[in-house]
Amino acid sequence: MPTGGSSNKLSKNVLQMKFMQRSVLRIEKEQNEEERQRVIDDEHWVLDIPVTHQKESRFVIESSLPKIQNLRFSRMSFKGFNPEVEKLMKLHDTERDLEEAERKEKEISVGDVEMADRYQNLIGTISKKFAKKRFDKPASDLGSEEKEISEKKAKREFLKPDENW
Amino acid sequence: MVERVDKVVLPGDILTDLSESEISSKIIIGPGLRQEADEIIVSKPGLLRLKKPNVYWVDCQQKRYVPERGDTVIGVVTAKAGDAFRVDVGGSELATLSYLGFEGATKRNRPDVKVGDIINTKFLVANKDMEPELVCIDSQGRSSGMGVIGRDGGYMFQCSLNLVRKLLSPECVLMKLLGRTMPFELAAGMNGRLWIKARSPKQTIFIANAIYASEYMLNEQIKAMCSKLGNVSIGT
Repeated sequence: MPTGGSSNKLSKNVLQMKFMQRSVLRIEKEQNEEERQRVIDDEHWVLDIPVTHQKESRFVIESSLPKIQNLRFSRMSFKGFNPEVEKLMKLHDTERDLEEAERKEKEISVGDVEMADRYQNLIGTISKKFAKKRFDKPASDLGSEEKEISEKKAKREFLKPDENW
Repeated sequence: MVERVDKVVLPGDILTDLSESEISSKIIIGPGLRQEADEIIVSKPGLLRLKKPNVYWVDCQQKRYVPERGDTVIGVVTAKAGDAFRVDVGGSELATLSYLGFEGATKRNRPDVKVGDIINTKFLVANKDMEPELVCIDSQGRSSGMGVIGRDGGYMFQCSLNLVRKLLSPECVLMKLLGRTMPFELAAGMNGRLWIKARSPKQTIFIANAIYASEYMLNEQIKAMCSKLGNVSIGT
């Protein structure tokens, strides 16, 4: 290693000698100091580019054909040839059918959130309907013609402006 | 996209207007389709399939197996390598199967697996960058039909990947009808290997031929074939 930097470093064997212990400590201290100066702050890791927003993908990748095609259990036995397998087959088939039924139901049926939403709206509209009727009814019951006429008259009267004004 | 469903698509075709789920507004894409940015590009030649409401994939005729996570396959043990077995599953490279991946196996209690054994097994790891890894237990630690098969007889043969999928599809009636004619058992690997075992070699050949013959048959044709076979098999 004929480089200039390494020439003034002492070899390991020399540093192990007893009279060199003081300089060993000194060298260590220097090295620690250097490292502390090199402490990396967070900015070091941040790229200076505008933030990109990742869109949520519309696609889900499902690479397993058995799942997609809803395939049957891969071991089969018939007429009691291998009772163990036959038991597994039955178990697997019922499980598969249940899953499929559940999946279909999920697609068709109304979700919890939608149901809650719908009911909220429904309650609003129906209550409005009733509210209107309740306000109407007392007016029409009590409203004899006289009262209506008097009301009309009162409306037509000219209101004099206050003279004090 | 409705007009292209069940029609031929070719690699490079771009699919648009795929129908999505009403609830999550997501589209599920399966094998043969690839997502590039916001487009869906076909990567295999075949028929475009749609499972309502939102699952798309390409059904293609192929014999070459590409390992896929979660597939059950039939493999042949080719070597013992330390604490793992090397298993040939018909993929581009051999898969490893740890000796701890069997039901009831511990460090002390090694499973009894020899070179040349046929095993029914499942992919735990399968991707294009890593060596495929197999396992013979399910997530609960039970074998559930996996493990060494065919120690005491049976016959393994190779067929196209489509035929295996057809046999296992819930619509196909072949296995149900064949099962009525005689007792036998079968293991189907998604890698195109089938293993069957029946009471006699004659019956085994009988079943294998029936399976081969059914590859391009419709359900009605299969029914006709099986009723004919049923009459013959009574004599055997």
